[in-house]
Amino acid sequence: MSATDTQDPNRRDFLYVATGMAAVVGAGAVAWPFIDQMRPDASTLALASVEVDVSSLTPGMSLVVKWRGKPVVVRNRTEKEMKDAEAVNLAELKDPIARNANLPADAPATDANRTTPGKEAWMVMVQVCTHLGCIPLGQEGDFGGWFCPCHGSVYDTAGRIRKGPAPENMAVPVFQFVSDTKIRIG
Amino acid sequence: MIPKSGNRYSDKVMLETMTARQRISRGIGMKKVLSSLALLGLVAAGMGAASTGASAQEEAHNEAAPTHFPIHEPKEMDWSFAGPFGTYDKAQLQRGLKVYKEVCSACHSMNLVAFRTLEGLGYSDAQIKTLAAEYTIHDGPNDAGDMFDRPGKPSDHFPAPFPNVEAAAAANGGAAPPDMSLLAKARGVERGFPRFVFDIFTQYAQGGPDYIHSLLTGYDQQPPAGMVIPEGTHYNPYFLSGVSLKMPKPLSDGQVTYDDGAPQTVDQYSRDVSAFLMWAAEPHLEDRKKTGFRVLVFLLLFGALVYLTKRKVWAGVAH
Amino acid sequence: MSEGHSTYTPKSGIGRWFDSRMPLPRLVYDSFIAYPVPRNLNYAWTFGGILALMLAAQILTGIVLAMHYAADSTLAFDSVEKIMRDVNSGWLLRYLHSNGASFFFVAVYIHIFRGLYYGSYKAPRELLWILGCIIYLLMMATGFMGYVLPWGQMSFWGATVITGFFTAIPLVGDWIQQLLLGGFAVDNPTLNRFFALHYLLPFMIAGVVVLHIWALHVVGQNNPTGIEVKSKTDTLAFTPYATIKDGFGMIVFLFVFAYFVFYLPNYLGHPDNYTVANPLKTPAHIVPEWYFLPFYAILRAITFNIGPINSKLGGVLCMFGAIVMLFLVPWLDTSKVRSAVYRPWYKLFFWLFVADAILLGWLGSQPAEGSYVFMAQMATLFYFAFFLVALPVLGLIEKPRRLPNSITEAVLEKNKGGGGHPAGATTAPETKG
Repeated sequence: MSATDTQDPNRRDFLYVATGMAAVVGAGAVAWPFIDQMRPDASTLALASVEVDVSSLTPGMSLVVKWRGKPVVVRNRTEKEMKDAEAVNLAELKDPIARNANLPADAPATDANRTTPGKEAWMVMVQVCTHLGCIPLGQEGDFGGWFCPCHGSVYDTAGRIRKGPAPENMAVPVFQFVSDTKIRIG
Repeated sequence: MIPKSGNRYSDKVMLETMTARQRISRGIGMKKVLSSLALLGLVAAGMGAASTGASAQEEAHNEAAPTHFPIHEPKEMDWSFAGPFGTYDKAQLQRGLKVYKEVCSACHSMNLVAFRTLEGLGYSDAQIKTLAAEYTIHDGPNDAGDMFDRPGKPSDHFPAPFPNVEAAAAANGGAAPPDMSLLAKARGVERGFPRFVFDIFTQYAQGGPDYIHSLLTGYDQQPPAGMVIPEGTHYNPYFLSGVSLKMPKPLSDGQVTYDDGAPQTVDQYSRDVSAFLMWAAEPHLEDRKKTGFRVLVFLLLFGALVYLTKRKVWAGVAH
Repeated sequence: MSEGHSTYTPKSGIGRWFDSRMPLPRLVYDSFIAYPVPRNLNYAWTFGGILALMLAAQILTGIVLAMHYAADSTLAFDSVEKIMRDVNSGWLLRYLHSNGASFFFVAVYIHIFRGLYYGSYKAPRELLWILGCIIYLLMMATGFMGYVLPWGQMSFWGATVITGFFTAIPLVGDWIQQLLLGGFAVDNPTLNRFFALHYLLPFMIAGVVVLHIWALHVVGQNNPTGIEVKSKTDTLAFTPYATIKDGFGMIVFLFVFAYFVFYLPNYLGHPDNYTVANPLKTPAHIVPEWYFLPFYAILRAITFNIGPINSKLGGVLCMFGAIVMLFLVPWLDTSKVRSAVYRPWYKLFFWLFVADAILLGWLGSQPAEGSYVFMAQMATLFYFAFFLVALPVLGLIEKPRRLPNSITEAVLEKNKGGGGHPAGATTAPETKG
């Protein structure tokens, strides 16, 4: 450039910097749609909430619904299962956090916090192992809860991790009882 | 008049075919070389148009047996969504939806439109839920393997009036009523030279709604003496591919009740339903135009900066 | 990419480490920074860069569209509409891609006409020109197959008509058509293979583009005077001079492109393609995309038998012949002078040819009847006469204007009255960062 410089170098530099910055802003704006299109689309998000009729579930019975492509178990727990879960000392838990999307993020993992008030018999839970995403089997394992066949994680009757490689309790999704027999998940 | 000749049709009515012709565009002006290129193109195309004017004139006298359709060009209306800052008139879209629901949907499906997208018409989630629940959706199979009916949910699409195209055709004299999801983009009358050039600068992109509005309001005209209207069809000089079509006049004054005081006339119904169909075909139109304005402003500013930089870089360099 | 051995060594230690193991920094420096370009290039020369940008943009938008598209005749139309309605930014990406194809062709036509005007095909640039013609052919194949993918009425019937060209070939024509279609008519197998090829061909284009640029960097760029570079004062370094000029050209081009994408996204398309393909009903008036219209007009202009060749085969031969002409241009032009600037008669015929091509395009969009047929025949005749008569004959009989001795002299003549010395010319490219 040396031979062509006739103007004040500061003004020249300002112009180059401004042009360069505009180019960066433009490139960023162009990149966004390419990233944006990867997000779940409107039709996928529209299915983000499902309603389940649970009137046919007597204690000891479960059903599984597909929610956001994953299985959600709805279990009407037996008296024994509830008692076992309530009796657990929180200090024994591998993950002391409730992992309940309906509660604050730091709620302790008591049995009550794993369910919803007034409907403590009902476990509603994403039945996906928090280790690497396999589907645990129900009413198996040392604690009578869930057992993951992939890598041997064992969950209790409230879906809390007790043994094995999984780091967290199974997730409780956002849900509510819209009536006594109907649950809306999501 | 369109300054060109079209295909000759037998008097057989061709429903659901379209004669809209490709609009070609030429000439992206940049510096002298390119703008003179465009100018030459216009001259060349103009010569062509002039030489064919004669043949068009010669055929125009035979009013009772026209060979070019539509007989009348669509009337150009004022649409709220036209132009660079166009937006949908939500009240109009809601009225249009009402016309669709109460009249069109008896025969025309709208398979691609989901209830959830009606929020674009200004409805709340609760209103959409209620609206969807008015429809019965055939779903299944359930655990027993049976199909069943249930009320609609926001994630459902508008159910079709007929189970399949064959049933639709059988119930409508052999011609299935077209799906309306994309109708406003799937219809258009060729603009001809030189209007297709002006359309670039006026951003004319309302050929579809103009056509639908003209067709819906064009039923009351009388065919010229001696014109043969095939049995079971209805004369409409705005129809794209013949003198008449199988759909009878669908709208009449007072047929649909409006709550917002808009006139309950065929003309108003037609405007509203055309606007609604434009929304159905292009739900992201507002977003598109808004984004476009930002992009063009950015390119203008960025272009100015790059131009100044270019001037500076080349300053004192003979070229 | 340029020949000869570069003396460049990167300034940073990492750069030198890399360069001594794989001389990529050197290649980039020699090809895109120090590479000498004629100092008198005008804005018509920015279209090479614009085309590279459009190719990259088409590949990028195409790849993300393929993430949502379903190449199945029962799903294709709806999957495109899903992109338009539900996918985040889907409408934008899809309109960018569909209008991008059109603007790719706008740019390539300007690029080709620039080459014809300034004689960029003449020795030693024949191979460069032919590689460009191959890119153009690949672009046409890609554009055609891409138009089939939305599976609308025009997609379907365009595919039917274009694959029908091959049935004009005697004896094996029907067999070839079935081979292309994977059936007796356009159907799911056709859509599947067209999608696979539409995905593949752009990468082949990119490969030929590399060869095109390689060939360019061996022989160097032509320039508006058509005189070869003779001394260092004739050239400037690619960066910053050509890069910033290309950059400005790109932004102006993108502005027009964006205007169409955001305000007239369906202007260059056809309404019929918003109706799902129906194998039992042909639209009343089939037209290809605008960029094929001149060739379509030539195809339809042959309405008569030529000896043993029937009109159908004749039309197909003329249409392909029209493209073959481009390949032969380097040998059809007999002129010793490259640039039309110094060839008054060639200049006239060049602009007549441009007008003829545009007229053919317009005729291609009109129905083939009445006076249009005759006009198309005359325009076709002129098209071939330009290549087969005007190019060879003009070179022999035309008296060119006086040529300047060098690019520097031409530039000085143009800038007479200004600073007589071409400042900056003394700056050797090697000293630039």
